[in-house]
This record gives sequence, C-alpha cells and structure tokens, in this order.
Amino acid sequence: MANEKVKLHGFWVSPFANRVKWALKLKGIEYEYMEEDVWNKSNLLIQLNPVYKKVPVLVHNGKVILESFLILEYIDETWNQNPLLLPQDPSQRALTRFWAKFAEEKIFEAAFNALCSHGDEQKKAVQLTMEAMEKIEGELKGKQQFFGGESIGYLDIILGWISYMLPVFEEVGSVQILDPVKFPATIAWSNRFLNHPVIKDTLPPKEKMLVYFQERRHIISCANLGWIKF
Amino acid sequence: MANEVVLLNFQPSPYATRVRIALAEKGVEYERKEEDVFNIKSELLLKMNPIHQKVPVLIHNQKPICESLIIVEYIDEVWNHHSPLLPSDLYQKAHARFWANFIDQKIFPIGSKLWTSPSDEAKKAAKELVENFKTLEQELGEKPYFGGDNFSFIDLALIAFSSFFHSFETLGNFSMEAECPKIVEWANRCLERESVSQSLFDKFQTHEAVLGIKKMLGLDS
Repeated sequence: MANEKVKLHGFWVSPFANRVKWALKLKGIEYEYMEEDVWNKSNLLIQLNPVYKKVPVLVHNGKVILESFLILEYIDETWNQNPLLLPQDPSQRALTRFWAKFAEEKIFEAAFNALCSHGDEQKKAVQLTMEAMEKIEGELKGKQQFFGGESIGYLDIILGWISYMLPVFEEVGSVQILDPVKFPATIAWSNRFLNHPVIKDTLPPKEKMLVYFQERRHIISCANLGWIKF
Repeated sequence: MANEVVLLNFQPSPYATRVRIALAEKGVEYERKEEDVFNIKSELLLKMNPIHQKVPVLIHNQKPICESLIIVEYIDEVWNHHSPLLPSDLYQKAHARFWANFIDQKIFPIGSKLWTSPSDEAKKAAKELVENFKTLEQELGEKPYFGGDNFSFIDLALIAFSSFFHSFETLGNFSMEAECPKIVEWANRCLERESVSQSLFDKFQTHEAVLGIKKMLGLDS
C-alpha cells in the first residue's frame, strides 16, 4: 500500500476533516493535505463534491470518497493494519455505527445550535445536548481507555470534537455543557484523548477557533433576526 | 447455535420495509412482531431500542440492531453466502453508502413536509424534492439499477419510499413520470422482484394514512 497517492481536502477548523486527519495519522498513512476555503469554494472542491460541496474529501489514487463517517470506514477497510478502528464482530460494528449516528444527530447539531442561539432557544439547545451526552456518558462507564478499548477507535474519532471544540462552543456561547459533576467519564476520556500523541499535534489553535466561532455566532444570529439575508 | 431472528416491525414504515426487503433477498427466516407505533410501544421495543424507541429493530440471537441502513449492512455481513447487497470493492462500497445517506437525508425528510408543513413550506419542499429526484436520476444514468446490473444497497435504500411516490406527486402537485422518468422506470423494474413487491406497503393505503396525518395536523387546505 506504500506509494499510493492519498490527498485530503480539508478546512483548518472543520471537525469533520480533522477526523480524517486523525485516522490517517493513526494508521501511519502518508498523505497530501489541501486547505480549502469553504467560504470561497474552489472549482476543484465543487468538482470533487458536486452534491454537497463540502470537506472533507479524500482522493485515493484518483478515487473520490466523501463524508467523514464513510471516509473513516474506507480507510479502515483499505489499510486494514493496526490499529483497527472498527470492531470485527458485526453486532459490535453495528452498535458502533449506531452510536456514531446518534452522537452526530443529537449532540453535534444541538451543541452547534447552543453556540449560535440566544435566550430560550439556547437554553433548549443546551438541554438537548446534555440529555444526549448522558447516553454517551453511560456508554463510557466501565470502558478502559477509549470507546475503542485500549486504543483510539472509530467512535473516539467521531466524538473527538467534544474534547477540543465543545469547550470553545461553551466559551463563545457563554454556556456550560460539560458539567464535571454530570459527565466525569466523558471529561476523563476527553483528557486522555487530548493527550494522545497523534491527537494533540493536530488541533487547530484555540485562539483562532474562538475568533472564528464568535464570528459564526454573530453572523448566524444576525441572519436569524433577519438582518442579513443570504 | 440457534439462529433466532426477530423483526420489530411496523408494516407501513419505509424504514422497516428496507429491512423486510433485505431479509427476503437473503432468504432469512424470521419472526415478525408488529408494533403499534402510534399508540402503545411494547416493552420489548422499549428494551431493545431505549434510545429512539422506534422500529425497525432486528433482534438476532437476543442482540438488538437499530437504524434501518445499519441493520441492512449487518444482514449483509452476517448472511454473506449469497445476494450481496454491498459491493466488495471498497471504493464502490463507499460510493453506495454515500448515495444511501443522500437518500436518507434528501427524500423522506423533505417529502414528508408535503403533509406535515404549512402550504408555503410544503411548496418549497416539493421543489426541493423534485431536484433531489433529478440528482438521483443523474446518478442512475443508463444503468438498470443504481448498483449496475444487480439490485443492491442503493436500490434497496430508495425503493422502500416508492409507496410514497403517489403521495409525493399528489400533494406536491408534480408528475414523477414527467420530472424523472428514469426513476419511475427503475422503480417498476425493482417491483418485479419478489422481495420488493412482497415487502412494499400499498401506495393507496399509504396515501390514506398520509391524508390522515395532514388532517390531524390541521393542514387540510
């Protein structure tokens, strides 16, 4: 599998693109990274992903793979050396996929809403995020180091944004979600994840993220209040 | 080892239909338990899918599997002796999953707005739905099935919603034959398969149910 051409199109702050970076690094796969400006999309990005025009895009020997979840599975199946990201047992694999889907739909979306909203709407978004996180907290109890066991796996990668991006959402949105009393297992997992050698060197700078998400919150708030029409 | 397969089912559900088609394609014997999803959910459903409390749930040797496409992939992996639903080529597999996800996000969630949203929103939804079918039609191209020569994952993901095509057209005020004839042709081809024709819920009964929901929401125009 050496010398195969692997290219990742990403955006510096995209948690979805970061997932793919982590998977490639964990597997020791050499790749070329192309930064895309998602607010000023290149013709190339539109050509590679005409349906959604989004990052990440993985190009492997000319073949285009889209959607972070699917790219992770593709990487795990194509480079099936250790560490294996997904369990081998079909029912365990189904359960892992289930939790990934749940987390994306119920935690990430709600947390992003909490970042961008105000007042009652924000309170509701925080509540929904925390309710969903309680389920994940339950899953983490009794786990060794990570969802994947001794080493980082698929679910750790999918949920990894919680460790470094959720605190930024909290600060920008002036909310608390990661309550240490309610989520001790999640916070412990988060610290282990952040300290992993592959993870800690691939995080976007916190200050830069704060500025970026402050701007996103402002723009989305203005749009919701009808001040800006896209 | 005993091979105990139970499906927690709701016959009109397109998501449960996907699983019924997959099980039929593989020739798996199973026990079907009908859930009354609008009234009282059974203890078994609440136990097997505590997070969402929804059907379909496949229970294989006492272990629950939830979410229709995850269940279909599971069925394909476990009963892998014939009728593969996903391609073995890894790139083609990613491609199939991509389009199944597109279908999950862009067909029923948009289409159901035709009977759950007020008229302005429903009109926008109709327009978007037609665009999405056209995108799918482009992906289908000249192939007999989305997977090529054989019925497979993407076909299964989409055909389950064909029971709703009549409702989409009627409430969305468009003709699928006019807007995306290849999709109509493809759907008819899929219906020739026993696994599909035996599993699909009747479109007129579906439409009755849809009109019932619209009325209940006070959206009768």
